Parts: sequence; C-alpha cells; structure tokens
Amino acid sequence: MSSLSTTLEETALGRDVAPRRTETLLSPHFDNVEQQSNASILGMWFFLSTEIMFFSGLIAAYTIYRALSPEAFRLGSQHMHVWLGFFNTLVLLTSSLTMALGVRESQLGRRDGVVWYLVATAVMGAAFLGVKAVEYSMEIEHHLFPGVNFQVPAEDAEALAEISATPEELQTNLGRFQMMFVLYFFITGVHAFHMIIGIVAVLIMAALMKRNWFSGNGTTQIEVLGLYWHFVDVVWVFLYPLLYLIDLSGGH
Amino acid sequence: MANTENHIITVRTYLIVYAALIVLLFATVGGAMLPLGAMHLPVAMTIAVIKAVMIVLIFMHVYYSSALTKITSIAALLWASLLLAITLADYFSRGWLDIPGK
Repeated sequence: MSSLSTTLEETALGRDVAPRRTETLLSPHFDNVEQQSNASILGMWFFLSTEIMFFSGLIAAYTIYRALSPEAFRLGSQHMHVWLGFFNTLVLLTSSLTMALGVRESQLGRRDGVVWYLVATAVMGAAFLGVKAVEYSMEIEHHLFPGVNFQVPAEDAEALAEISATPEELQTNLGRFQMMFVLYFFITGVHAFHMIIGIVAVLIMAALMKRNWFSGNGTTQIEVLGLYWHFVDVVWVFLYPLLYLIDLSGGH
Repeated sequence: MANTENHIITVRTYLIVYAALIVLLFATVGGAMLPLGAMHLPVAMTIAVIKAVMIVLIFMHVYYSSALTKITSIAALLWASLLLAITLADYFSRGWLDIPGK
C-alpha cells in the first residue's frame, strides 16, 4: 500500500463508494480555492441578474396594463385560487429552507445530509407544480384561458359595464380582463418552467452527490444550485400578491 | 477547506428567517383582506420586498458574500428599477394613464 492509498482509505471513512475528495480540486486558472468559489458564485449572480431583467420586463407589462385598467385586474384577480396559491407559497418557502439547510450540510461535509435535503427540496418543488396544474385545469375549465374559448364571466362583464362610459371603453375593459389572464398564465407558466429546470437540476446534483462526484464536498456547486432555487422562490414571493391578492376585502 | 466565504450560518438563524417568512406570508394575505383601498399594493409590495431581502441576505448568503457579489446583486435590482421607473415615467408624463386627481 502506498501512502497515497492509505490516505484515500482514511478519507473514505469505510464507505464502499469511491473515496471522498475532501480537498477541493483547484483549476489551474485560479489563484486559490476561495477565488475559484467566488468566481462560480459571481457567475451565477450574473445569470440571475439577466433573469431578474427577464421577469422585470413581464412585471413592467403587468404594471402598465394594471395601471391602465385597475378594475379589470382587480376582478380578474378574484378568480385566482387564493388558498391554493397560499399553500404553494408555503411549500416554496419551505423548499427554500431545506435547500439552505442542504447547502449548510455540504459546507459541513455531510454528503448524506445534502442528498436528503436536495430530495426533500425536489419533492416540494414537484408538489408546487402539481398544485399549479390543478389551478390551471380549473381555470381552463372555467374558460379563463386566453384565446378563442375565453369568456368573461357574466358578473364581471356587468361590473365592467357599470364603470365604462362608452361601449368602446367596455370593449377595452373586457380585453384588459383577458389581458390579466394572458399575463397570469404567461408569468406563472414561465415561473413553472423555471421550477421544472430547478427540480431536474436539484435531482441531478443529488445523484452526483450520492455518487461522490464532487471534490471538496461540492460546497460551491450546491451553493450555486441553491442560489438558483432561492431566486425562483423570490420571484414567486412577488407573483403571489401581484396576481392572487390584488384586493380580497370584498367591499369596493 | 474553511474558507472565509464558507461562513456557516446556524440552523437556528435559518429557522428564524423561515418563521419570519411564514409570518409575512400570513401578513400579506391578511393585508389583502383588510379594507385598505389604494394602500393594498404598497403594503403587499413592502412585505414582498422584506421577504425577498431576507431570502437574498441569509438564504442566498449575500450578507456574507464578496463585495463583488454584493454589487452584482444590487446592480440587478438597479437595472430592474430603471426599467420600471423610466417606463412608468413615460406613461405617466404622456398622460397615457389615468391618474386620480390630475
């Protein structure tokens, strides 16, 4: 036995898997491990900045149309399933907690902990998508999906007729009511797409973690994955009040 | 590798932040049910911003990150606010939006 293999056996801690590389491998173009880690985190933040711009464009469109026709948006918002959205927000915030704890486990070098927290995060992400699918199907069933089958519910059409001075204004308001649902389906759809990517990435990282793929306990890799997951959570933190909670006070 | 960027936050801190996020979630739903009139949006957005800041600083570790990462995260916010502010300024100043009391 060479001295190298002895070291590897010691670090493997008796597991029947590949020996763990506790030392972080350093790519030659970095000065040290800290710089290497910071570069990865910075790169992820650059990507997230473009993501923030992307979602901001949609939020800007929402802001303009809502400012143009506040009543149509208020009425549209009443058709969202507030408590399903509430449950989903709860699930997503909890998944962010498990992701943060998973990152912490990787910082402490506890690989099994990382795997379990990542799996828990992915399960909650899937639960979010399941609830979202239920919401979508109910809305589509009620003809609230924009397009040829879209129907403004009778009571909303009446309410919009009351606040519209001319038939042209009523047509605009009815269109804006549909626009609320265009924005709702597009923004939440794009968000759900980000969730799907996040779940796949989390599961891939969990599998790689299980197989001892990373050096240095994968701390930087899991941290960067966590940044993406938390970002998707932050987006939802804004979407929930903007789309579901415009005004639930009833009296208007 | 105990690097300085690997500041390990305690489980207790994570749980406190999580509990605060849940409380704020209840607050945002509760706020929507109160008769706040025109104050609904400012209240909801204030709560959302507080939640986002907590997630970014603690869950995303920006509080403990390098200065460059801090600047990048703030720059993203700056670009987003430029986009919203200048677009809205255009709409408001051209009278394309109905402004109460104008």
